[in-house]
Amino acid sequence: MVEIRDGKKVLVTPVSAEDLADIKIGDIVYLDGDLMTCRDVAHRRLVEGGRELPYDIRNKAIFHAGPIVRPIQGQDDAYEMVSVGPTTSMRMEKFEYEFTQHTGVRVIVGKGGMGPNTERACKEFGAIHCVFPAGCAVVAATEVQRIAEHHWDELGMPETLWCCKVKEFGPLIVSIDANGDNLFEKNKVDFNKKKDAAIEEICKHVSFIK
Amino acid sequence: MTKEQSVELMTDKMAKFVAYVGKKLPDDVEAKLQELRQQETTPLATAIYDTMARNQKLAVDLNRPCCQDTGVLQFWVKCGVNFPLMGELEALLKEAVVRATFAAPLRHNSVETFDEVNTKRNVGKGTPTVFWDIVPDDDHCEIYTYMAGGGCTLPGKAMVLMPGMGYEGVTKFVLDQMTSYGLNACPPLLVGVGVATSVETAALLSKKALMRPLGSHNPNPRAAEMEKLLEDGINSIGLGPQGMSGKNSVMGVHIENTARHPSTIGVAVNVGCWSHRRGHVVFDKDLNATVTTHSGVQL
Repeated sequence: MVEIRDGKKVLVTPVSAEDLADIKIGDIVYLDGDLMTCRDVAHRRLVEGGRELPYDIRNKAIFHAGPIVRPIQGQDDAYEMVSVGPTTSMRMEKFEYEFTQHTGVRVIVGKGGMGPNTERACKEFGAIHCVFPAGCAVVAATEVQRIAEHHWDELGMPETLWCCKVKEFGPLIVSIDANGDNLFEKNKVDFNKKKDAAIEEICKHVSFIK
Repeated sequence: MTKEQSVELMTDKMAKFVAYVGKKLPDDVEAKLQELRQQETTPLATAIYDTMARNQKLAVDLNRPCCQDTGVLQFWVKCGVNFPLMGELEALLKEAVVRATFAAPLRHNSVETFDEVNTKRNVGKGTPTVFWDIVPDDDHCEIYTYMAGGGCTLPGKAMVLMPGMGYEGVTKFVLDQMTSYGLNACPPLLVGVGVATSVETAALLSKKALMRPLGSHNPNPRAAEMEKLLEDGINSIGLGPQGMSGKNSVMGVHIENTARHPSTIGVAVNVGCWSHRRGHVVFDKDLNATVTTHSGVQL
């Protein structure tokens, strides 16, 4: 569901396709509830290896991120989130259509743009991709209330599935909305035009080989 | 001091420095980010810069690594031949990384290739990487420590151009990389460009260029001019913070160069993200340490 809190739009898990209908690229939203870290190897295991995720993320959120965690002293098998920021989402692009189709995930959080596979997934299955400002890993960690479960620990600290409970997790900048619109791809058209103009200008001044 | 005591002292100092560099950005980067923030006007760009500033304050207040990707450690060493621990340096830097990894804590970022197993100690075969410059008739040791994160490592690229492609080809090579990969690598970026003969010589220079202080220039006037042209050109693209558009794209462009074979131009580009965690320390022969990048730090 969606709550408006102090002017902030907060998505609360479970999130439905209808909850995402009014959200557009460039919007800033926040997340309450279930967020699981999930990156390269987990995507590969599910899509190429045909393995089921050990944690149900239907109508929930994933975070392309490999955190730093540490054991909580005096507690058995409990971990504290120390530092967790997004990693480059484009690495998961080749898997994200099938991943979204299979898992029913609604909110994908990461860094930088994603491509046509993810656009198609967002449009067909009702999901969004958002960017958490990258490098802001302590801000993100303080918005994690606790790590409820962890799975696939054998993959090491970055690739383990850390299943978090989060509160007003954000700012999340919507980069692909449920209509399949893509903020980065729109920006890229403009960037590439300006890039061509810049190359032309610089080349007037660098004919050092004569 | 016995040799063992000396090794222990320097290991301890480097472990503390590595952990510190993971938590606080160098003075020049902090100042540049503030300057770039002032130029932004859109709510999206200013919101991102303000989150970045809040993050850096929280990292210091809570004593935590400011970015979760604390990189594979790289050390750029400039060592006098009379520095007493020259022979012990590579082993003690490795040990310093292990200690920092558990003390800071740093992320476990060493995956043994082919075995594809994370060592869970943040060191492995060839990591941390140590690059050497040897200085004759000197007993100091300068060390740049750098956390090379995955995001800003991905845009790295090197190739060999034919001379007919000229510096125009170098320009296109660098700018193409900015709009394809650079925008996902956490702008505003620091861009390092190597111009030499071959892929390995150019690549090494392009990373070394990222160790230079912001605002420094290549001593060759034409290379310095090209640094400025590339900086202005990439800024005109307006990648903005996080590549989400804004007034600027980069914190700077640094070119490092050598002579080249007449038949080739080796060119490479490497970028540092906004969270450019580089630290510089100078040890004298008695292991007194002077940090130049972060004011107020005593090791």
